[in-house]
Order: sequence, then structure tokens, then C-alpha cells
Amino acid sequence: MITITIDGKKLQVAPGTSVLAAALDAGIDIPRLCYHKHLLPTGHCRLCVVDVVGFHEPQPACTLAAKDGLVVSTRNEELYKRRKMIIDMLLSDHPMNCTVCDKSGACSLQKYAYDFGMKETTLNFECAREGFKQDDNPFLLRDHQYCILCGRCTRVCDEVVGADAIEFSGRGFESHIATPFNEAMSESACVFCGSCVQVCPTAALMPKVRLGRGREWEFPRIDSVCGYCGVGCRVQYALKPGVEGGMPNGHREIVYAQGYKDAAVNDEFLCTKGRYGWDFASNKERLTRPLVRKDLAKQLGLSDEDWAPDEASPLQTKGAEKNFIPVAWDKALEIITDKLVETIEQNGPDSVAGLASARCTNEDNYVFQKVMRAAIGTNNVDHCARLCHASTVAGLAQAFGSGAMTNGIKEVRDADCVFITGSNTSEAHPVIGYEVVRAVKQGASLVVVDPRRVPITEHARLHLQPTPGTDIFVFMAMMHVILREDWIDKSFISKRTEGFDEFKASVSELTPEIAAEKSGVAAADIELAARLYALGERRSGVSKYGDDRGRSTILYSMGITQRSNGTNLVMTLANLAMMAGHLGKRSSGVNPLRGQSNVQGACDLGALPNVFPGYQKVADEDARAKVAKVWKVPSLPDQAGLTVVEQMRAVEAGDVKALLIMGENPMMSDPNINHVEKALRSAAFVVVSEIFLSETAQLAHVVLPAASSLEKDGTFTNTERRVQKLNKVLHAPGESREDYLVYAELGRRICKRLKKTGINWNFASTAAVMNEISAAAPQYGGISHERLGPEGLTWPCPTADHPGTPILHTEKFTRGKGKFYAGEPSLPAELTDAEYPFVLTTGRMLYHYHTGTMTRRSHPLSWKEPKGYVEINEADAERLGLTEDKPVVIESRRGRIRTRARIGERVAEGVVFVPFHYREAAANLLTQDEALDPVAKIPELKVCAVRVENPAAKSAKTAS
Amino acid sequence: MSVAIENRAELSKELAAFVEEWRNKPGNLIMVLHKIQEEYGYVPEPVAREVARRLRVPEAQVFGVLTFYNFFNLEPPGKHRIAVCMGTACYLKGGGSILEDLSEYLNVPINGVTADKQFSLQAVRCIGCCGLAPAVLIDGEVVGKLTKEKMRETLKKYRENTQEALVTSQAL
Ligand code: SF4
Ligand code: SF4
Ligand code: SF4
Ligand code: FES
Ligand code: FES
Repeated sequence: MITITIDGKKLQVAPGTSVLAAALDAGIDIPRLCYHKHLLPTGHCRLCVVDVVGFHEPQPACTLAAKDGLVVSTRNEELYKRRKMIIDMLLSDHPMNCTVCDKSGACSLQKYAYDFGMKETTLNFECAREGFKQDDNPFLLRDHQYCILCGRCTRVCDEVVGADAIEFSGRGFESHIATPFNEAMSESACVFCGSCVQVCPTAALMPKVRLGRGREWEFPRIDSVCGYCGVGCRVQYALKPGVEGGMPNGHREIVYAQGYKDAAVNDEFLCTKGRYGWDFASNKERLTRPLVRKDLAKQLGLSDEDWAPDEASPLQTKGAEKNFIPVAWDKALEIITDKLVETIEQNGPDSVAGLASARCTNEDNYVFQKVMRAAIGTNNVDHCARLCHASTVAGLAQAFGSGAMTNGIKEVRDADCVFITGSNTSEAHPVIGYEVVRAVKQGASLVVVDPRRVPITEHARLHLQPTPGTDIFVFMAMMHVILREDWIDKSFISKRTEGFDEFKASVSELTPEIAAEKSGVAAADIELAARLYALGERRSGVSKYGDDRGRSTILYSMGITQRSNGTNLVMTLANLAMMAGHLGKRSSGVNPLRGQSNVQGACDLGALPNVFPGYQKVADEDARAKVAKVWKVPSLPDQAGLTVVEQMRAVEAGDVKALLIMGENPMMSDPNINHVEKALRSAAFVVVSEIFLSETAQLAHVVLPAASSLEKDGTFTNTERRVQKLNKVLHAPGESREDYLVYAELGRRICKRLKKTGINWNFASTAAVMNEISAAAPQYGGISHERLGPEGLTWPCPTADHPGTPILHTEKFTRGKGKFYAGEPSLPAELTDAEYPFVLTTGRMLYHYHTGTMTRRSHPLSWKEPKGYVEINEADAERLGLTEDKPVVIESRRGRIRTRARIGERVAEGVVFVPFHYREAAANLLTQDEALDPVAKIPELKVCAVRVENPAAKSAKTAS
Repeated sequence: MSVAIENRAELSKELAAFVEEWRNKPGNLIMVLHKIQEEYGYVPEPVAREVARRLRVPEAQVFGVLTFYNFFNLEPPGKHRIAVCMGTACYLKGGGSILEDLSEYLNVPINGVTADKQFSLQAVRCIGCCGLAPAVLIDGEVVGKLTKEKMRETLKKYRENTQEALVTSQAL
């Protein structure tokens, strides 16, 4: 710490702090425009100039680093005059439109004009950019005449987002912020994250949806957690002005959304989905009443209309509502209770299975699995985590004892080397992508191992592009090199781990040359990757930590886990981290990026067939006794239940008769959809809780209308294990209800019929559910809604006074010692052949989320990406005679889809990529459900063999 | 040829080699842009985009640099290039008003090209003939000790060379 004096106040600050930051921290306000706390200072506007003893000229406080003994004064006549002159100049080039300006009240220029008492400019220039607007998209409007050229937008786009879409252009009066060659925003590299809108101090950048709908101070605001991905960004929603944040009749409507200032996860930044993708909630297709399918309705005497289930697949049909009749809640619950009780009595509890949801809250999931286990009496409960990170949960539990991100999201920015594999970070976890960009801009090395040239590779120092499925050879060869060069961390290995010697033998043969042959990656690149990772070698700049070796962190996602050897791959990454000692410290760990908003929480709270809440094994007698005591039941089932894919098989085989599905859409998300459809059609009774009539809901007998996350309170646990509080932003439409209430009521009714007494289903609020969770799940022991401020708490948090655990395994591993596993490399289950010569890989893209139920009903998001596509390499496209945006047919052993070609360099030759969000070209018609990881039972969604056809070429041939 | 490739500008062998040579060197962007301008006489947009891709520099930054320095032309130059000296000597002797007058007379913005593509007009730094101030370069030839009238007179000579130019001058 050093001491500086500002306006006579002595301040203790960390060396390197800017004078401006120090002053602001101490409550000394200095006028400023180009400065933004999350961006690098430029000294551009010169409004923050201060007098400094020892300098002749006033200095910008934002770029001046505090040095010991510095004496600064921020206010005097001369500085006042200078600052006023700057405001005068800015006003001279700015239309005096405050009366009709949407930014009024939140505009910094207006504020300073007021502070300096300036009614108008004293200078006589023309406004250079009058009438110059860029209005080409539904996300944001750039109105150049309001721009004060502070450069915050270009910096956020460059330093944080990494899109580099805009830059200063021209000079003098011609300067403006421009896209390349002044092209439309929608044609530029812009990813419509709106971060520039968030930091713009004037009305030059505005959210399109907000214009003309009110002044800043008029909007009531509520903050909650974004309902899309596992990053868990905190969002602030501005509501239409009125009574209690709503119209007189209590109706609420979102006007626009922005990042919550100083959020624990996302600073104040968001991606395009969080900022613009909330309008699905008011889509008129929302389900508002419980529905019963017409054939069942007839059977129950609710209607006399004859109706037989439609043959057409829900992937193709529209207007499926006509197949259902609305009923009252009480009736719907009565039907469900009757059917379930009947099934249990005739076929036993294991003839019922349930899918919980990674999009529902912790409270919803907890109650759901309690219904399955305590009321129905089966462990047949799982959710889509099976399809994304089951191998993480299995693999990291074996290696470390805990299957979650070891470190926090914000630690990534301080890493010296970031190693990303199988994660399209900028599109699937955009705000974590921002962290990676920040690390790189500060000089960290980024190494990416991915068969696709995903956008984050733009920032990579090294991109290794193995043939899909061969990455395991690359990782093992990296470890071979680390051993050969003796880059291992001997003291970490001996003190903290076990099994090293056996492991060592397993990579001794796997030289980079062998790996190169298998994977197509150059041996020298594998060696370089090994060095950068093992030694944490930076590209430039100095490490924040000053250790002997730099700090490296691994980020991975579904490219690793959705594989038939997923568990083995996860353990391989764990080996890599342990041998180099990159664990248990800030910015240094193994970090699986979890996909959905609450997939971490759904796993934590026992929506898995083999564990109770808190990963307590159902097979463990003590755990059973403990949970049975909390739930006040005499006993609990001790056999692990069926996983997602197994459930579908059991339904088809007739072993499972009834399915309860809460907010999941297996008809889009599961591999080999044809198979899923067959299973769902053959089930005797299917219940789906949903917000829209999804592809799955269309096959249900009873559909229950659910509240979306914008209409719920309760909690989500994000990918870094942070439990965060949601607040009800909107009222749930029509009769739709929060899931925890619905399932608690169902639990009560089933228990009553089965004469199970004493089990608590009376939850007055989600807070009451959390109180029971904390009794049942040790990691959540100290968590209650009262304790959760805007920061939330990271688990493990065992007691009410525990501060939470942002970094795992600091002193010892959860399982004691870290365990090395000696694995064998293996190839994907389905390899290409002459008939199916292409490798298909699937995944997400930026503007859509999962099965598209929400994002495809969001106007701006679907405007940007309305249609499905397949990415194909330009060389392959040329060979097949494909044309950009023209039809392509893709066929696997299981199904075929027709979609459009997107030709380029993102995938290598011989590989195609299909995003899985589009029902009309559903990637999962092609994927396979045969090859499951032996441990985690996760299907190999990431790799299968397909052939690619050009329908145009075909018809040309048949014609000739 | 597939569309993605069509969209991309072909670089001449020489230019491609030059880009390759400078790929990882500091200050490469300006060097490469200069080279492009040398080769084409201006910086065509598709070429700039292709170079951005090869150097892995954001296109927005390339555009920023291209528009910051007056030296770069984004449009093909006119048939005749007029460079008005704005060095100290010429400026003091009225270079500025020569420039303004030319801009008005030819109806072309500074750094622009006339509608008939005959003339492009630029302001440049000292051209090393301060003794002849105020001076301009027309197609590389120095014309010195200028007045507005002498300037207009000189231009006529260039105009008379082409049919379209005559039409324009009659229109003026
Ligand atoms: S919306 Fe995001 S990507 Fe687009 S210009 Fe603004 S900051 Fe850059
Ligand atoms: S658009 Fe806004 S943030 Fe960008 S330079 Fe102009 S005033 Fe600053
Ligand atoms: S990064 Fe994820 S959580 Fe954050 S705004 Fe985007 S979708 Fe929402
Ligand atoms: S705020 Fe420091 S120069 Fe703009
Ligand atoms: S100043 Fe014009 S030639 Fe030197």
C-alpha cells in the first residue's frame, strides 16, 4: 500500500491504482466521460484533469497511476474553466434535444452541462453528424449526432467482448465510430451483445425496444438472473411505468434489460440472449391453462369428440393446440394422481419415471425429485445433464471428489494461460468468453483444442484442430511431453495426489509423433501447447501472481463430455492439471462449463437417479437414513434409477408406463429423436409441464402450464456453484403456475392416496423449500434466501456463518488426495466409411438456446438467425457443388434432414456442424443413442458419421 | 468456385508474399496498406478485407487506419491526380486558398474524385519545391508560383485532352 493525498485527504491505495479510481473510492467525485471502471483508461476526454504537485500541466486523473507521496488537487478555478470549456466544445457538436431525448436523466453530457450551468454552447460550430443514424437491426440504434467520441463503445467491444466490430474512423470533424467501410451493423462482426449500449454515456447508442417508451427515472426496476445459460448473469429489467411496476390492473411489462451494475458474475455485461431475449415471455403462444389430450378426454368422459393421435411428427406440425382441451387445475391434478396411483399399484413404483429440468429453479427440482422418491418411491429421476455433463460429474468425482468448476468465473481474466477444449465459449457461454478475451488482452496465452474454428480461436495463440474424436491423443501426448521435459510439479504430485506412477506408464509410449498421425495435429504444436500450459507461459505482460510458474486454467465443455469415452476424457484433463500443479489456487483449475441456467443446481439437488440432494448416494445406507429422516419417510429406494436414455428404452420395452416431464424437451435435445418419438408415443401416460406446447408436450396426455424463470422467485446455481436469487419480474400468464407449487400439490395428493403420512408438502414459499434443502444437502447447509444478496453464495456452504467456497480443493481434495487414472486412448464409436464419409458434430450457436422454445420466439434473436444451417468447409462445398444458403441434405444411419449450407473455414474438411436448435432441421434426428459412455451413460452426441448430398446436383442428374 | 471463395479478393502473388513476410511484425498493417495503394493506386475494399483476414487484424481497425491517414484513398483515383502542397511555405503563400478554389471549381471534396473520374484532389505535405511556393503536383509534375487563375488555366490543358472533360467544362 502507498499513500497519496487528494484534496488534503490522505489515502491508502494499492500501487498501480489510478488517481481517479482512488478518488472515486474515497468518495471524491471528479468529472469524467471517457473513463469507465471496467475498461482501460485512455485519457481521451480530458475532463478528469487534476493538478498534481511536480507537474506543470494538469494531468488526466484516469491515466495517472498513484505513486507514493503524490499530492493532487481536483478542484480550483483553473480546472473548472478547463472542464467547462470541454463541455462547451462537446455541446457545440451536439443537438440540444434534451426535451425529447430518451436518455434524458441518465446522460452524462446533460449532467455536466447542468453541473457547469450551461444552457447552451458559446461556440459556433455546425453539428457535424446531424441526421446520421445507423438503424439496420432490432437490437440497437446508433444515432451519431449524439456521440461525444468518448470511445467507451469501441473499447468494450475490443477489450471485453472481443468482437472488434467498431473503431474510430476519419479525423477531425469527420471522425465517427464506424463499422468497417460503414457497413450495416448486422453485416459487421457485431454480436449484438449490447455492451456498447450499456457503457455509452449519451443517447448515441440505445436499445431499440426502449425508444419512446419513457424516461430513465420513470421505469421501476427489478433484478434477477438470466434464464438462459449456466453463466448466470445478473440482469436488471426496466418495467413499463405504472403502479407497483405495472399497470393499474397489476399487469407488468418489460421495456428493456441491462446488466446489473457490479454483478458478481458478469460485472455489468451480458450477451445478446440475456439483453434482448426476454420477449418470449409475452409471446401469445404461452400456455395459460392445463390441457388434456382429446383421446384421453374422451376416455375420461370430459368430451365426446372422437380423436386419434396424429401420425405426423411434432417436429413438422403446427397448431397442435387443437389436439387438446383445456381443463381446470384441480381436474388436471386429479387425472394425474389417478393415473400415477393406478400405475404404481399395478406395476410398482419403478414403472414411473421423471425428467426434472435444468431450466427450473433449485426449489422446483428439489420438490420434483422428492415427489419421485418420497411420494412415488422410485429413483427413476434424471434430467438433461445426462446429455451434457454426466461424464464431468462422474470423472471429476473420481479424480477430485467433486464434479463442478473448481474456480470462479472472474478468476479467468487473471490467468497466465487459458486452455480451452471442446467449448465454443464465445457462443455457448458468452460472458465467460469475455473473461477469456480480457485475459488475452492482458497478455495471457490462449490455447484452443477444437475440431472447429470456433470464434474464440480468433484470440488464440495456438489452435490445434484435431479430427473429431482424436483429441485424447493430443492430450496424452501433451502429458508425454510434460514428463519428458520434466515440467511436472513434483511437490504437488507428491503431497496432494496418488496413482502417479501407474499413470506415468500409460503415457510413456504416446509421443507427439504418434498423436500427430492419429489426430492430424502437428507434433511441434502439441509440444508448444504442452509448454504453454504446463509452465503457464504468457504471451506478454507480467503475471498478476508472481509465482515460479504461471497459472493455467482449463475450460472445457460438451466437446469433451458428449462422447462415448467422456468420463475418460474428463479424467485425462484432471491428470493434465494435477501433473502441472494447476489446481487449488486462484485462476488455476479444471472448469467444466455447464450449459443451462440451472443445470448445476438440478444435479446438486438430486435430479439424478443415483444420488439424493447433495450427491449423497442412494446406495449408501447412512445417506438413505439421513435423507429419510429429513423427509420423514420410513424408507427410501436403494437401487439407482434409470437415466434419460435408459428411461426412453424402458418406456419402449413397456417397463416404464408413466412419465413425468418438467420443462424438458427430449424430442429435440435427445439423440436419435425418431427413437424418442417412438418411445413417447408408446407410453401409457405422459405429463409435461411447459411454458410452450413444445415438441415433447405435443405428445403428452396432460400438459401443465408453467411459469418461466422471469415469473419465479427461488434460486439458480450457476456453473461456478454460485447460488443466486431470482426475483419475480413478471406475473405468470393466465393460470400458469410455479413448478414447485404444482409438484408439492401432486406429492400431497399421491401420498394421501397411497396412505403415506407425515411427509411435508406444505411450502409457503420458495424460501421454505430452501430451508428444507439446507437440511438435506450438506453443501447447501448454510444457504437460505435471507442470506442471498445480489452476490449470492458459492457452495460448499455448510453452515449459516460460512462465507461460501469460490475455489475448491485449496488445501486438500474433496476426496482427500487427487487421483491419477491411467486411461487408454480410444476412438469414437461410429467412424466414417465410404457410405457415410463425413463426421457430424453438433452444438449451440450464439443467438439460440437449446431446443429453441424460448429464443425462437424472441423477435430480435430469431430476426438475426431465423433458419437452420449446416457448416461445411469450402473445399468440400466446392467438391459437392454446394452454394451458400442453398439446400443440403444430410443423412445418417438414423435419419435425414434438409437444411441450408453455410460455407467457410469454421469446420475442417470432412467435418460438418449442425446447431441443434431448429426443429425443421433437427440435428438430433441424425445423432446416435447406441454408444453410451460406460460410466456416465452419456450418449456420443458430438461425433457420428453422415453423408452430405446436394439436392440440386441430384435433380440435375435425374433430369438428364 | 464456391461462394465463400468468390467473396474473397484474390491477391497478386507479390502482394500475398508481402503480407506473408510482414505477418507477425509490428507496424505491419500500415506497411501492407501502403503496398496495396502502391499496387492499385487506391485501397479496394475487398482487398483490405482480405488483408485483414490474413493479418488477423479486425476489419474495423483496418478501416480506422485507412480513414485516419489522408494518404489512403478508398476510391479509385481520377485520371489526373492533383496534389496541393500544404507545407509551411506553400501554406503561407496561399496554398490553402488554392486548394479551396480547386475544390469549388472542380466540384469535388478534398480527397475526393470528380464525378467524371477525371481529377482527384489531395492535400499533401511539403513536396520539396518551397522556392516555387505555392506549388501543386499534377500527375507528378510540379506547377509552381500559382495563383487561382494560373491554376484554372493549367487545368484546362489537362481537360482538353478528353472528350468528357470538355463536356464537363462546358457545363461549368
Ligand atoms: S453490440 Fe457488442 S459486439 Fe456489437 S458493437 Fe456493441 S459491443 Fe461490439
Ligand atoms: S457511441 Fe457512445 S460510447 Fe461510443 S464514442 Fe459515442 S458517446 Fe462514446
Ligand atoms: S452469458 Fe448466459 S447467463 Fe449471461 S446473459 Fe448470456 S445467456 Fe444469459
Ligand atoms: S475521464 Fe479521464 S480523460 Fe476522460
Ligand atoms: S512547402 Fe510547398 S513545397 Fe515545401
